[in-house]
Amino acid sequence: MEKNLNDIFQAKIDREEKIEPKDWMPDAYRKTLIRQISQHAHSEIVGMLPEGNWITRAPTLRRKVALMAKVQDEAGHGLYLYSACETLGIDRDTLFEQLHSGKAKYSSIFNYPTLSWADIGSIGWLVDGAAIMNQVPLCRCSYGPYARAMVRVCKEESFHQRQGFEILLNLSKGSDEQKAMLQESVNRWWWPAMMMFGPSDADSPNTQQSMQWKIKRFTNDELRQKFVDICYEQAKILNVTLPDPDIKWNEERGHYDFGEINWDEFWQVVKGNGPCNKERIAARKTAWEEGAWVREAAVAHANKRAARKTKKVA
Amino acid sequence: MENNWPIWEIFIRSKNGLNHKHVGSLHATDAEMAMQNARDVYTRRNEGISIWVVESKHISASDPDEGESLFDPANDKVYRHPTFYNLPDELKHM
Amino acid sequence: MANHLHDFLIHLGDNALILGHRLSELTSHGPVLEQDMAMTNIALDLVGQTRNIFQVAAKLQGNGATEDSIAYTRDATSYKNILLVEQKNGDFAKTVLRQFFYDAFNYHAYQRLLKSSNKDIAAIAEKAIKEITYHLKWSAEWVIRLGDGTEESNSRINAAIDDLWPYTEEMFKFTDYELACHDEGIFPDIHGIKAEWDEEVKNIFAEATLTVPEDGWMHDGGKRGVHSEHLGFLLAEMQFLQRAYPGQQW
Repeated sequence: MEKNLNDIFQAKIDREEKIEPKDWMPDAYRKTLIRQISQHAHSEIVGMLPEGNWITRAPTLRRKVALMAKVQDEAGHGLYLYSACETLGIDRDTLFEQLHSGKAKYSSIFNYPTLSWADIGSIGWLVDGAAIMNQVPLCRCSYGPYARAMVRVCKEESFHQRQGFEILLNLSKGSDEQKAMLQESVNRWWWPAMMMFGPSDADSPNTQQSMQWKIKRFTNDELRQKFVDICYEQAKILNVTLPDPDIKWNEERGHYDFGEINWDEFWQVVKGNGPCNKERIAARKTAWEEGAWVREAAVAHANKRAARKTKKVA
Repeated sequence: MENNWPIWEIFIRSKNGLNHKHVGSLHATDAEMAMQNARDVYTRRNEGISIWVVESKHISASDPDEGESLFDPANDKVYRHPTFYNLPDELKHM
Repeated sequence: MANHLHDFLIHLGDNALILGHRLSELTSHGPVLEQDMAMTNIALDLVGQTRNIFQVAAKLQGNGATEDSIAYTRDATSYKNILLVEQKNGDFAKTVLRQFFYDAFNYHAYQRLLKSSNKDIAAIAEKAIKEITYHLKWSAEWVIRLGDGTEESNSRINAAIDDLWPYTEEMFKFTDYELACHDEGIFPDIHGIKAEWDEEVKNIFAEATLTVPEDGWMHDGGKRGVHSEHLGFLLAEMQFLQRAYPGQQW
């Protein structure tokens, strides 16, 4: 029986039919989705912190509102994704606990610090650029609620990268100090952004299963290559150098070759040893714990109000 | 104390003349808060002019396992569709 | 240049900017995602209002002034916001109550600005009043929830009342520039605002099971440029880039 259901399920996916919350699905599919969607949601929420750092220091009122709107969008994206995850039978509070206890992961990129205003631009250009590359294929993911959430996310995300690029473009046309600020920032963000696509295909055990389930559409290395090809051209517009001496056009492959990623750094940050891992989790935990009495009060008040209503009706 | 906020399903009419369409869900303690949250979460870019909120637990959904008995019988009711009827071309619009 | 009009615009803009800035400090630190977004929306509205107001002030000022030169190159003593809005966020109760006191005032003040004899101000008010109406609804509802919620939320909002009440009177202690604007119909009927504010607070507090405090000692000075210590730190942070790299485009 189980085998049969599995076959029907896979056949449905092969026909590009979407899976909806109440449909039968293998346990492993459900678990993979919960892991991936919640990881994605956590990344949005934790990702608000490094950028939020600069809301209070944005250099103009126009930049200030744009950045606020962007960080707020990320809260929205987290919310859409938590909602998608909740359709799989796990509630948001549980997901938060997993984040706070360190059980759940989020994108390592957000464990790097934002040290200058240019970092807000670099995050938009490189980090959002890499994220978009990961996210666009997810709009066709086999799980309906996730795919629909991602359509919304991608639609809103489109201004984010432009916002970042515009910041950098302004710096590139500015004073020598501003140009230096730009280059220094790109130097710091390039490699962590490259790491956002995850381990290379050879070291990515879940990829094959996820591709078969059409949760994932491209491998990590395919997406990373696409990213390098696009960024190299965009860097010219900004007049910055990508900090990789090995980048060079490969006529035969029709792609840019690039240098080796520092995988030791990658795994260290994943394990919690990045520059800001502890601060990020601490900030999330503090917000959640200090909000507990607020959430409680709202529930208590709603109960009182509902009780008064029933009493009136009676 | 139980302080999980219940889930609400959000439906938005993007403009007059169109149906309210399901756009997603969120958490709120009562209908009023759900409405405000929906406004802040789902209409930040002028996506709507009217909002419905329904607490998720009040929605009854059909069982996908009964999908065949519910929906397949409609498959062969071709006479419900206009193309079932053969009419002369001269008639043009009907 | 009509000084009182310019001062009044600066005062209005500073109120919105400083409160918007305070709220923006909370982005990503809210008690629940949905409310995080709600507070950021309010912050966005307020900074948006600031820009509209400062653009008019900059025109009046001339000499290449811009919304940003006004926001980023003045020291605290030139800021004319009320002391209430520069108070620190504190806990959620304090944030909400500060917002409510301000919204209740602003709602009734902007109702009057809709009828301002100055067309620019009337236009600004027309856009802002829709936003402010929503802010007031949001903050009033939270005052009610916290007041009539749990024992803890009730005691926290009471503590916030103790902290913030002494900053409320300043809203109604009108300065020379406000009175001059009043005389010219730029800010009509200002003396009626207090009664409406009192009524608003009384009603919401009653629903929230809270007691309106007796009038005691009241602080003022913000509107004249005499601020609390908080504002200097806020500006140091806000103006950092413009100060470290003067005259650059961003």
